[in-house]
Amino acid sequence: MKNVKKSTLFHLIIELTIYAVFVSVYLILVLHFLLDWLKELFTKQREVYAYVAILLMIGQAVGLERVTSILVHLTRRRTE
Amino acid sequence: MFFPISGVHLDPIYLILIGFIVGTLGGFFGVGGSFLTAPALFAVGLPMNFVVGTDLAHIVGKSIVAARTHRVLGNIDLKLAGIMVIGTIAGSETGVQAIELLKKVADVDLVVGSVSIIVFTGISLFCAWESWMTLRAKARTSSYPTLGKKQDSTAIDGFAKAVQRIKLAPTVSLPHSGIASISFWAILFVSFIGGVFSGFLGGGAGYIRMPSMVYLLGIPTHIAVGTDLFEIIISAGYGTVRHAMKGNVDIVIALIMQTGAALGARIGANLTQYFTGPRIRLAFAPLPLLGAIVIALRLLNSHH
Repeated sequence: MKNVKKSTLFHLIIELTIYAVFVSVYLILVLHFLLDWLKELFTKQREVYAYVAILLMIGQAVGLERVTSILVHLTRRRTE
Repeated sequence: MFFPISGVHLDPIYLILIGFIVGTLGGFFGVGGSFLTAPALFAVGLPMNFVVGTDLAHIVGKSIVAARTHRVLGNIDLKLAGIMVIGTIAGSETGVQAIELLKKVADVDLVVGSVSIIVFTGISLFCAWESWMTLRAKARTSSYPTLGKKQDSTAIDGFAKAVQRIKLAPTVSLPHSGIASISFWAILFVSFIGGVFSGFLGGGAGYIRMPSMVYLLGIPTHIAVGTDLFEIIISAGYGTVRHAMKGNVDIVIALIMQTGAALGARIGANLTQYFTGPRIRLAFAPLPLLGAIVIALRLLNSHH
């Protein structure tokens, strides 16, 4: 039981570390490339901005979920 | 960091942290968590119109992650979610129109705030009482049916059964939720009321929809949580597009919050498999009360 708890905690720490590194890199890239373009869309083409906004949110949610799942799966296989 | 769309300076770490906390709660309880996000964003200087729209956008992302995990766990009834979306969107529009009407005749903040406090406190007390009674009955009676974590019972099971006996056509069967037959209109009514609260009070209104699904329709708690999250994706997505067209969404803030929420939502959704329905409902009980306290404090501050 103790070993299972230790293993779960270990996996959680690995997951958090991978996630933190991944998110930092991702945010720097996204903010660098998208910020000005989004501001321009928000000011000049509000309807396009609305659809781009929801697509970005859906894309990020699905993408982050997929990538972290794969990373966690790979890490678990290596540590087990 | 400066956010040019809303014109405010905010700390991205703070946004990720809010996202993580609300994401964990959302994944576990099937709620959007606006009662925490809204005051947290408003407190750091984001204008109220951006608070409402941006929060909705982040709820979409968080719900996608949590709903995917719940789907893997078998906690989503797609048929039920499909019907509920219709009622939620209609109810949401009604709630928004009610706000517009109220603006002309009364102090909107005071009316909405007072209604929220009464509703939130009522839900909180009821959930606490009901789940406590169910847990006590289970502990006391050896003849009480032993249920698996996902099978469910409530102290007022008879009420949901009475609703299921209403055979107002058309009726639908929800095999995934273990319901042989229920009136389409009963589902539509519950989702419509949830939608009205969502449009009237803001957020996803999971605090009213999730308990309504359990107590009024008889949906097992785990499936109510998962299905509610799936349904929130569509209703909050619709709300996000509408708010974004009106210039109320800073998508960059929402994207940053969602990175924290994505992790929290996965953890929250996975945690549900270790708790029974009544325990999830008992843990849920303080949340609406917390929302009521936050609103009461805001009302008191604005009147001083």
